[in-house]
Amino acid sequence: MKSNDKIIEFKNISKSFGDKCVLDDISFYVKKGEFLTLLGPSGCGKTTLLRLLAGFGNTDKGEILINGENITDVPPHERPVNTVFQRYALFPHLDVYENIAFGLKLHKVPTDEIDRKVRKVLKMVSMTDYEDRDVESLSGGQQQRVAIARAIVNQPTVLLLDEPLAALDLKMRKDMQIELKEMHKKLGITFIYVTHDQEEALTLSDTIVVMNEGKIQQIGTPTDIYNEPQNSFVADFIGESNILNGKMVKDRVVEFAGHQFDCVDEGFGENVDVDVVVRPEDIYIMNKVEGGQFSARVKSCTFKGVHYEMFVETDKGYELMIQDYNAFEPESVVGLIIKPADIQVMKKERVVNTFEGEIVDETHVKFLEETFECEHQDKFAAGEKVTVEVEFSEVDLIDHPEEGMLSGEVHFLLYKGDHYHLTVETDDGDHIWVDTNDVWDKGDLVGINIAPKDIKIVKRND
Amino acid sequence: MTKRSTWALPYAIFLVLFVALPLILIMVYAFQDGAGNWTLGNFTKFFKDTDAINTFALSLEVAIENTAICILLGYPAAWILANKKLNKSAVTIVLFIMPMWINALMRTLATAELFHMLGIQLGKGTLIVGMVYDYLPFMIYPIYNILDRMDKSYAEAAADLGATPWQVFWKVQVPLSMPGIMSGIMMVFMPTVSTFAISEFLTNNKIKLFGTIIQENINSSMWNYGAALSLVMLVIIGMTSLLQDNKKEVSGGIV
Repeated sequence: MKSNDKIIEFKNISKSFGDKCVLDDISFYVKKGEFLTLLGPSGCGKTTLLRLLAGFGNTDKGEILINGENITDVPPHERPVNTVFQRYALFPHLDVYENIAFGLKLHKVPTDEIDRKVRKVLKMVSMTDYEDRDVESLSGGQQQRVAIARAIVNQPTVLLLDEPLAALDLKMRKDMQIELKEMHKKLGITFIYVTHDQEEALTLSDTIVVMNEGKIQQIGTPTDIYNEPQNSFVADFIGESNILNGKMVKDRVVEFAGHQFDCVDEGFGENVDVDVVVRPEDIYIMNKVEGGQFSARVKSCTFKGVHYEMFVETDKGYELMIQDYNAFEPESVVGLIIKPADIQVMKKERVVNTFEGEIVDETHVKFLEETFECEHQDKFAAGEKVTVEVEFSEVDLIDHPEEGMLSGEVHFLLYKGDHYHLTVETDDGDHIWVDTNDVWDKGDLVGINIAPKDIKIVKRND
Repeated sequence: MTKRSTWALPYAIFLVLFVALPLILIMVYAFQDGAGNWTLGNFTKFFKDTDAINTFALSLEVAIENTAICILLGYPAAWILANKKLNKSAVTIVLFIMPMWINALMRTLATAELFHMLGIQLGKGTLIVGMVYDYLPFMIYPIYNILDRMDKSYAEAAADLGATPWQVFWKVQVPLSMPGIMSGIMMVFMPTVSTFAISEFLTNNKIKLFGTIIQENINSSMWNYGAALSLVMLVIIGMTSLLQDNKKEVSGGIV
């Protein structure tokens, strides 16, 4: 790629509010003319990143380039970008025309040209004849159109849109999505769009940047992101998916749900733990058990409009979600096939909890700012820095936070076919990953215990 | 009459007794002579009375000056108080508002005493200073109130569209805070036009304001002329309150 195709470049952007790190070393670039979406759950840092680009707030670290020029310290009014704000921020003391003309007037554009341009954008957003209307008398959708018109009339190099459709109802949102897409084509300017709605992102974007907890999870086209999620967060966040623990037996052979499957992935090594993603529409379901790679029993079947959504329990006890145009009665036994190309194998982000710890005495070790009892050991002396490993499945969660060695909150959960994989954030902000069969909800407050025999102490290698 | 509207009865009676009736009395007295005959004589007397006209003009001048100075001092103060970066504590706001809790007469006496102590000649200068001191909180508070609640995305949107901080201030923040400025003006201008005690204390009775003349007339039992003068003042005050009634103001301010 030629460097002048990069219209915007983020270089190692970090930003914290107080103790909370909202952006952690973000680097990526935006191509000229593309529709790029920053996608992630609330609090993932996407809006903060957009605001930094618009010039509201300073980066703690890193640089932002527009057209190769460092604009990190340029004030917002000198940046070649315009923003469509989440709640529109139309000026209540000005009418529709004056709102749209606001930017042009500031740039001393001649009156007749302002007039021509305002009328042109009003036509573009289908709001002709609304010039003299009071902005507060407009509906949400109309205010949205005026907000878009107010931004694009200035012909910015980049248009920033901060969840612009979030306040609209579903029907209106769908219509506006189509209009935005057409507007993007017609204007030919770069759009950077922030949303938490994965469907919106898939519909609108040329490129999606998936973010979570201040970090980029994956960058790619909508099809890339959907078909080849790089980690379990992306797989879970974008669309429906079955995410299972698996083992790469060798190149092109992966084992999950108790069976071996042919796949197309190579280069993971032999007998390596992986995460496997299979989209519910990619599992073929049939009445004849013999024709399938493995069998399952249908547990439930719900009509979803275009397709049926079924949950099945496989012969080895894993639960899978399947979408198919045909309905299969609950309790019927079915055969399932998963084609090699539909199996997405992902490197595991981690296979065990690892903490930095310090030996207290022969039977105690300190980590996560708490002293835990461990099995008697004499390999390490008191005060020695060590690494502590705890298997996901050996962390006990209990209902009452005060009865645990540590307390925390369930932050993220992932169903893996036969168990839940939870991310628990301790009160100190550290993360512990837990495999459990118990059902917890996001936001549950829990106590965390670890039995002495499950604490594995190894030498720290740094 | 429904049950609920009977609850309003005490207030209605209060309004009639203490607002409507006195106003009607003022009207009646203003258009009568001492013997109770209907006449416009009180008004023609006022328009021929150069002293009264001059005092009236001076009162307006003082009120306008006082209001203008209050805006010039009060707006920046309110802006600083409402700015979370500059003002991190609610205590400063209370400090600005606190003088409003103390009786104006008491403050005025104290101010006059202060001028004495400093050996400053009482006159128009001290009158203005004293009035600004008295009324400044009434200007700051409504403006602060509206600035504090103003969605900061308006300022961001303006900056985003290319406005310098100065332009953001003049083209967005000031127009949007107009309701606050208007209620500030009403709360400062109206009472200054009609004040009399403050001018007495702060100028040692050297400068007479319109309120003083009304008071003198009423005190010397010239009820009809006093009522006519009051009516003139009411009209002026009524005109200022029309300023407030701009088409679609966001409600703000103190009242």
